[in-house]
Amino acid sequence: MAATTTGVGARVQRLEDKRFITGRGRYTDDIERPGQLHAYFLRSPHAHARIQAIDTEAARAAPGVAAVYTGRDIKKFVPTSDDLTEEDIGGLICGWMIHSKDGSPMKGSAHPALARDTVRYVGDHVAVVVAETLRQAQDAAELIAVSYDLLEPVTDTATAQHEGQAEVHQGIARNTVFEWELGDRAATDQAFARAAHVTRLTFTNNRLVPNPMEPRAAIGEYDPGEEQFTLHTTSQNPHVARLILSAFVGLAPEHKLRVIAPDVGGGFGSKIFVYAEEVVCLWAARRLKRPVRWASERTEAFLCDAHGRDHVTTAELATDRDGTILGLRVKTVANLGAYLSTFASSVPTYLYATLLSGQYAIPAIHAEVDAVYTNTAPVDAYRGAGRPEATFVVERLVEVCARELGMDPVAFRRKNFVTSFPHQTPVIMTYDAGDYDAAMVKALEMADIAGLPERKRRSAAAGKLRGVGYSAYIEACGIAPSQAVGSLGAGVGLWESAEVRVNPTGNIEVLTGSHSHGQGHETTFAQLVCERLGVPIDTVKIVHGDTDKVQFGMGTYGSRSGAVGMSALSKALDKIVAKGRKVAGHVLEASEGDIEFKDGRFQVAGTDKALGFADMALQAYIAHKFNGSELEPGLKEGAFWDPTNFTFPAGVHICEIEIDPETGTSRIDRWTAVDDFGRVINPMIVEGQVHGGIAQGIGQALLEGARYDPSGQLVTASFMDYTMPRAGDLPDFALGLTVTDCPSNPLGMKGCGEAGAIAAPPAVVNALTDALGHEHVTMPATPEVIWRAVRHRSLPMAAE
Amino acid sequence: MAAVAMTVNGKAVSGDVDPRTLLVQYLRDTLRLTGTHVACDTSQCGACVVHLGGEAIKSCTILAVQCQGADILTIEGLANGAELHPMQAAFREHHGLQCGFCTPGMIMTAVDMVRRLGHELDDHTIREELEGNLCRCTGYHNIVKSIAAGARAMAPGAGGEPLRVAAE
Repeated sequence: MAATTTGVGARVQRLEDKRFITGRGRYTDDIERPGQLHAYFLRSPHAHARIQAIDTEAARAAPGVAAVYTGRDIKKFVPTSDDLTEEDIGGLICGWMIHSKDGSPMKGSAHPALARDTVRYVGDHVAVVVAETLRQAQDAAELIAVSYDLLEPVTDTATAQHEGQAEVHQGIARNTVFEWELGDRAATDQAFARAAHVTRLTFTNNRLVPNPMEPRAAIGEYDPGEEQFTLHTTSQNPHVARLILSAFVGLAPEHKLRVIAPDVGGGFGSKIFVYAEEVVCLWAARRLKRPVRWASERTEAFLCDAHGRDHVTTAELATDRDGTILGLRVKTVANLGAYLSTFASSVPTYLYATLLSGQYAIPAIHAEVDAVYTNTAPVDAYRGAGRPEATFVVERLVEVCARELGMDPVAFRRKNFVTSFPHQTPVIMTYDAGDYDAAMVKALEMADIAGLPERKRRSAAAGKLRGVGYSAYIEACGIAPSQAVGSLGAGVGLWESAEVRVNPTGNIEVLTGSHSHGQGHETTFAQLVCERLGVPIDTVKIVHGDTDKVQFGMGTYGSRSGAVGMSALSKALDKIVAKGRKVAGHVLEASEGDIEFKDGRFQVAGTDKALGFADMALQAYIAHKFNGSELEPGLKEGAFWDPTNFTFPAGVHICEIEIDPETGTSRIDRWTAVDDFGRVINPMIVEGQVHGGIAQGIGQALLEGARYDPSGQLVTASFMDYTMPRAGDLPDFALGLTVTDCPSNPLGMKGCGEAGAIAAPPAVVNALTDALGHEHVTMPATPEVIWRAVRHRSLPMAAE
Repeated sequence: MAAVAMTVNGKAVSGDVDPRTLLVQYLRDTLRLTGTHVACDTSQCGACVVHLGGEAIKSCTILAVQCQGADILTIEGLANGAELHPMQAAFREHHGLQCGFCTPGMIMTAVDMVRRLGHELDDHTIREELEGNLCRCTGYHNIVKSIAAGARAMAPGAGGEPLRVAAE
């Protein structure tokens, strides 16, 4: 059957590609609705100000303008009426509760969709103009007069808690959202007390802007006859968006709100969250009884999409004399921006400190994280979300520690690797399976580390500095199980659902709660169906991204679609096969227990009596042979899957870089990645995910950095000011795999979406510092940073 | 309003437009050819690349009225009916796309690259030539492979369709 060429493990060309390569993808902004109006948002030009007055009169009178709304207008509707109540609609909430060390809950309030009295970052939403054309809306927005009473802004992560800083939110002392800790302080202190050596590093994990190529967009619609809302939006998780818009914002009851995320042009975390524009478009559509659409400009995306990272950390690693790790101590200040975005609080806590053991057996760990408010855009999950920050801490520390001890960084790592599983870390996680040494050995060989001294010599002869950097990363993916995340503060469960509908003609629709925005689910999910049911791949259709079709789903983030979403599909397919056996038993007049299912055929064991899959499906629907038995006609099965643990992809990335000391430019000469993702459905797609992740990680290390000036202006708010990785900045990537099965799901899968972004930054910085011969380099290591770092080394030499 | 007439994907189109309408807006909003995308405000990303008289241009950087009488080719007009252009086929075969948003611009840029530089494109050349096209998904690795393969497949006799060269 087709399964060998289209089943699990095959490099199947993507089924979704045809529409994208012919220009027939259907992204939110490609959709046109009859009678649509265009929304344009007036945004705050100030980082922190009180709104004294907003005069919208001239804008309301401008040509084509249907309405102008401010924060005072966005009230809840009277149920069963078009009138408004006096009650404001709900703000944008954060769905993960974190408690401080003293037991107090995190501090903050929901982000109003349109500012009511205070703006707290440049780009904060002040008013919206809704007009017949976008140009009319833009033109009218220029006629809105807002008088602001300027307040002192807070923009710097490291000093946000300092005495004398303004309060971003009145009454939230020291701008502190929470002061959280994880691990055993006493045990860690003891480990440090008896350490022979302590390595200490202080560094910034630079703030990033996710920048999926498709800017966010939304179209709100309301059907007064049905009292039905529809929202087309650029979401990674339309059901979660519906839940939040319904239960917390209070716009529409869940069963009267359809959220559709059609083709979505990348997400990287930034499209998990519910944003003000979605709320306002839906609300205005009901108010005006016409569709209201909005599409982000790129600068708006820079200003208002949730950013990533932005940590300032001091970290210490304690070892004994022979290089055995005794303990790890971390103190981080995490900037969460002006408001808590949808999952912001989970990122620098349970997605960060729980990974601080890395691939190493570390007996004692203590981490403290203070989260702070600043007058900057909200910060939330961006590809890797907490795990890149953790990996940077661990992999910089072990590298520098090895250098300080005069040990080979590879030998130091191998000496401290976790080698037996399951392994309980001191920071919650139980690693279920892995072979870290195997990945290291393979990576060393692929990277030709044996030939490195010769390559270094040749670079030196050419006046260049060559360095190699390692990153042995681990991540926790398939974010789950529900019981565990619930105990850690999550407001939702993190399972996934799937439904398999087999039609009478034998073709199949799979409805999944996962959402594809570049990951190729329409192919990989179909491959699993092919493999399990033995049907041709072109008879399988994957349906996702529409709350009216898929009953519920938690969406795609945290590299969870394979491990969690496909596990749900696997469970549903098991039920289809079980039902198929029953159907075949009736048709073939054999006992269900005697029916074998293999290669797409139901066969009576030991006979040549058999029923093909499509014939079985037809029989399930005509039900002529069921003879009044309890067997129900039809063939549709669903499943919800809640895993038993996180999954733990891990691997080794090796970066080899060459620096020109005269200009400070750097060139990555070779990149080697050996990853253990467990079982792989489609190696071609997995490689693509790794490539993209590495590119974003290299971007963080060398190119990208969001910068606010002291007045709170984002000075990197376009592609002219914020350096996105371009083709010429990146090398070819050499990829390899090792495989240990994941025991926590039926498919043995771990997840691959974030690995590159997690692994890459410390590999680059370790390579740069190896080349430079000292540790004084910051991210992004632009040519200027490297040029200065080269001179940093030469200065003391000159003084000698 | 200003009158404009041009040929798009072989068809004559005409109408009145607001003089400040960009070509990309005319293609997307008026002609409803939504395969050409907008991903920035500063002509950096290349998602909007189309061909004007056979040469790649960023359609966000030219007004519709400047295209009076011009011959425009968009991603929707690249395939020969149901038969994919060799560059389109190469992007699929080499997994040169993920979310697909930058893809139309990448493909239109790649076809122009072959027109200017020929069928044997080395990786370094392709990477330098992609200066004006951003992708956030692929890390470019497979885009480079796709373009190299597509360029070879476009060579006369390679089985792909002969290169369409603009009248010069």
